[in-house]
Amino acid sequence: MRKLLTGVALASLASLSFASFAWADIKLGATVSETGPASFLGDPEAKTLKLMVEQINASGGIKGEKIKLFLYDDGGDPNKARTFATRLVEDDGVVAIIGGTTTGTSMSVMPVVEDAKIPFISLAGAIEIIDPVRPNTFKTPHTDRMACEKIFDDMKKRGYTKIGMLSGTDGFGASMRAQCLAVAPNYGITILADENYGPKDADMTPQLTNIRGKSDIQAVLSPGFGQGPAIVTRNYAQLGITLPLYQSHGVASNGFIELAGAKASEGVRLPGTALLVGELLADNDPQKPVVMAYKTAFEKATGTPVSTFGGYAHDALRIFVDAVSRSKSTKPADIRDAIEKTSGLVGTTGTVTMSPKDHLGLDLGSFRMLEIKNGGWVLVK
Amino acid sequence: MPELMQFLLSGITVGAVYALVALGFTIIYNASDVVNFAQGEFVMLGGMITVFAYQAGLPLPLAALIAIAATAAAGVAFNKLAIETARGAPVVSLIIITIGASIFIQGVAQVVFDKQLHRLPAFSGDEPLHVFGATILPQSLWVMGGALIVFVGLWVFFTRTLTGRAVLATSNNRLAAQLVGINTNFVMTLSFGLSAAIGALAGVLVTPITLTSYQIGISLALKGFAAAMLGGMGNPKGALVGGIALGLLEALTAGYLSSQYKDAVAFVVILAVLFAMPQGLFGRKAMERV
Repeated sequence: MRKLLTGVALASLASLSFASFAWADIKLGATVSETGPASFLGDPEAKTLKLMVEQINASGGIKGEKIKLFLYDDGGDPNKARTFATRLVEDDGVVAIIGGTTTGTSMSVMPVVEDAKIPFISLAGAIEIIDPVRPNTFKTPHTDRMACEKIFDDMKKRGYTKIGMLSGTDGFGASMRAQCLAVAPNYGITILADENYGPKDADMTPQLTNIRGKSDIQAVLSPGFGQGPAIVTRNYAQLGITLPLYQSHGVASNGFIELAGAKASEGVRLPGTALLVGELLADNDPQKPVVMAYKTAFEKATGTPVSTFGGYAHDALRIFVDAVSRSKSTKPADIRDAIEKTSGLVGTTGTVTMSPKDHLGLDLGSFRMLEIKNGGWVLVK
Repeated sequence: MPELMQFLLSGITVGAVYALVALGFTIIYNASDVVNFAQGEFVMLGGMITVFAYQAGLPLPLAALIAIAATAAAGVAFNKLAIETARGAPVVSLIIITIGASIFIQGVAQVVFDKQLHRLPAFSGDEPLHVFGATILPQSLWVMGGALIVFVGLWVFFTRTLTGRAVLATSNNRLAAQLVGINTNFVMTLSFGLSAAIGALAGVLVTPITLTSYQIGISLALKGFAAAMLGGMGNPKGALVGGIALGLLEALTAGYLSSQYKDAVAFVVILAVLFAMPQGLFGRKAMERV
């Protein structure tokens, strides 16, 4: 028995070393928050990266070369993210890094990659990551400023100009609140009430009572993340407020309808990505095949529903693969140049066209305005 | 006027949640002077186990019972494996052990369950009740009822039963308690089991309001701890009053002053109270025999 085991071990060792001699793998690094407070973002991201790298390698890799993924779990800790980024650059010798699930971890990876001149595609929301543009840093998710613009655009179309805001004081809610306050004047929107709640609060009826007390308010916007927006929506129904309620892209998932309850969330509008409503897209929509392919593969492999966040990782990997297949070598500098020239790449979040001035490459059209009807999503035309 | 009423109802809703969590601290503190920072994890376990048992198709009352029993077992195991083996260590070390246990339980929960938010259906529906122009959800009444029942239960336990007095005796002087024939090991096991069960009951009752996830324990425990300190650690009456007072403070500040600073205002008031009354509103006076 022992002999047999040794034999097997030797054989697999031999095949391993053979494997590494046979191909010069493309080394791709990633640091995401698989555990910790941001794990519900990082977990689908990690699963997506593993799944897609497997798929790409099974179908022959990029130009015949396989991707070798170095994936680390930073637990949402910026210090760890920075350490892992350094390890990826210095020890693992990767040609690009995907990751930084949160804005905090992304900002701490940034100096490492800018020093080492390794292209870095972040999966975090804040606009600070790509504004001002830094040569090696890119990102895939929409910014919160774009979410504000999309929401205000929809409000203007419906004739609402005086609104109330109820924002979470967590990083996401606070950042989006600031962006919304900044762009509101461009859309002729006045914010008459500006209330806040703590990310772990269990009841927001006092704030909503004050908003309800201001008779001029025509609509309410609630930027936030996690359980807060679900509780806001439930309290909104509890108080019987009939004004239209807008939530942010931070809660664009089926889980939100479940948490807030179908009845309370009826009529809530929010900007989301095409991934959430894959089945509802028109057949000639360029995003439909991309979205459906990812959704089917992810749900089959993991048994859990796709999330917008996994979609960000999907897009980052697609951008990387596309850039490697266009670039003349697998040197980081060439890959960086190729990423910057990404044009018309259809992802789950939108169609990406980058430029030296724009390291995000998405426009407002890639956000879809969604409304909750009968416990499901409908596209607002 | 309806505004004030709404603020009060909101404060009572949130306050009842804090009070229920704060009550959980009482027994372990009374038995050993240890502030159990894993108390929030018991609340989390109660909610999460109920959610998953309910999703597996069990009826809600049965799921809740299983959750409470399982969490009580976890509390007993925690005492046997971590606290009892460190017997003789100073109270501060034991408190640090409870922090470690809290991190450990969270880690296990995110692997065994998942990392998503979950909710239980409200026990008596989501139709709000109207009181003087303000509204309150029926689930809040469940939480208040739960807090009252636990409060009365604890009060009877500590003042009317021999076991309850044995717990108090153990906390006063472990050696003397042993000498008069109290099985102090059993008292510790019992207090951890009961505390965990109370925590789990809190978790079951508050989950329809606060939602639950593997990491909800810390924030609930912090607020519950603040409420218990305000009312006086170890006194069930203090936990109840402290919890409701903290909830009302937050709601009234959010309503009349600024929602941005409601937590800050609440904690400033707590600090002021503790400055004047270091034992909290209903705390025991500490007596040191020289």
